[in-house]
Amino acid sequence: MAKDKLIESLSYEEAFQELERIVTGLEAQVTNLDQAIQLFERGQGLAKHCSAILEKAELKVEELTEDGDLRQRSDEA
Amino acid sequence: MDQLPLFAESRVPWTVTDLSRFLRALIESEPLLQSIWVRGEVSNFSRPKSGHWYFTLKDRDGQLPCVMWRSTAELQVRIPQDGEAVEVHGGLSVYESGGRYQLYVDEVRAGGDGALFLQFMRLKEKLEAEGLFAAERKRALPPWPKRIGIITSPSGAALHDMLQTLSRRYPLTKVILAPAAVQGEDAPFQLTDALKRMNQFVQPDLILLARGGGSLEDLAAFNSEKLARAISASQAPVICGVGHETDFTLADFAADLRAPTPTAAAEMATPSLVDLDTALFMLTQQLLRHSPFSLVRRERQRLDEVSLRGARALRQQAQVLRSAFSGLQASLAALSPHAVLERGYAVVSKADGAAISRVGQVAPGESLQVQVSDGRFGARVEKED
Repeated sequence: MAKDKLIESLSYEEAFQELERIVTGLEAQVTNLDQAIQLFERGQGLAKHCSAILEKAELKVEELTEDGDLRQRSDEA
Repeated sequence: MDQLPLFAESRVPWTVTDLSRFLRALIESEPLLQSIWVRGEVSNFSRPKSGHWYFTLKDRDGQLPCVMWRSTAELQVRIPQDGEAVEVHGGLSVYESGGRYQLYVDEVRAGGDGALFLQFMRLKEKLEAEGLFAAERKRALPPWPKRIGIITSPSGAALHDMLQTLSRRYPLTKVILAPAAVQGEDAPFQLTDALKRMNQFVQPDLILLARGGGSLEDLAAFNSEKLARAISASQAPVICGVGHETDFTLADFAADLRAPTPTAAAEMATPSLVDLDTALFMLTQQLLRHSPFSLVRRERQRLDEVSLRGARALRQQAQVLRSAFSGLQASLAALSPHAVLERGYAVVSKADGAAISRVGQVAPGESLQVQVSDGRFGARVEKED
């Protein structure tokens, strides 16, 4: 399990998928208590991170120009 | 109608009126004739003071008298001209005092579509034969698209609808718009060019190609061979959302997925926020259930109740769900191992790390590890109690 990555740097998809792996890992009866605690705490952090992303999410819209550049679009959604 | 058997068997002649009535009832009882489209050329168009329209629909060998009542005629945007090819819709009946059948028209549309439709069918068959529309060419859509390309008119309602839908359902994504005319002479080129640029410069996870509804003529750009080929060559999967319920365009056939409207296209492209919330909520529940701490296990029943309540709530709406979720976050924080240790509890484990929860697990003289809130220390078992 990749624990090296900082939770804050994960995308929603990455965080969610890691959380899924952690739950699966905990379900598979981890014998080492330390490891279980670490997994659990990491899972808690991931869940918080996911929740925060959903709260803050706002659609970003850019426009592709003729030359293939991207420019910010004044929002109209 | 009931009189028919009597008369039919009899040599007593029918009155003209009876015959007309009988024919009228016969025709009006046939559903097929009560809602039909007929095409032909307008002639003898007249619009007397009454406001009703009278005209004859002709083709090479036949004529059909037509009437449009004033209530419908008043709503028509344009008045048919003699000689014009049209398609009319209505129900057939008998005009008894005139002794003729006629069509009571409720809709008129330009009849140029006939030729256009033939052209469409020929092109469709050709591309079909090349395998452009084959089912095995259709690609699966990414479940959580990070970047969505949109190709449509920058000023149309279609764009507005799609952005609203994406913003509501899945604001985690980023939208890249490549503006293009969706009707007019230049539209096929602009649409094709936008599609190519999108693939070349942006490489989005998927592309929405859309416009609002219109007549077959309005949709001509979406029936162009060039665009159909560009869609099938697109690296990113394409969802085509042209606002028309019944007719398919060639772009629809070439796309990986066809949606009936721009809004539906945006919906097909994304998971909904409610679904994501639900999934996260469920997963967090599972995490709690497998917490390594016995204290958490004792709380489990209580949490299950929260979970059940939450599950019911989230079926209703995301907002309710969010509050249930933050409540859970709070419970989770309260149950954190650190909080427990802060209160003076300790985790005692063997040298190999196995946690001790029974007296029988240890023997006098054995070395153990004790973890408290700020660290750990060693200890030795003296004797069993």
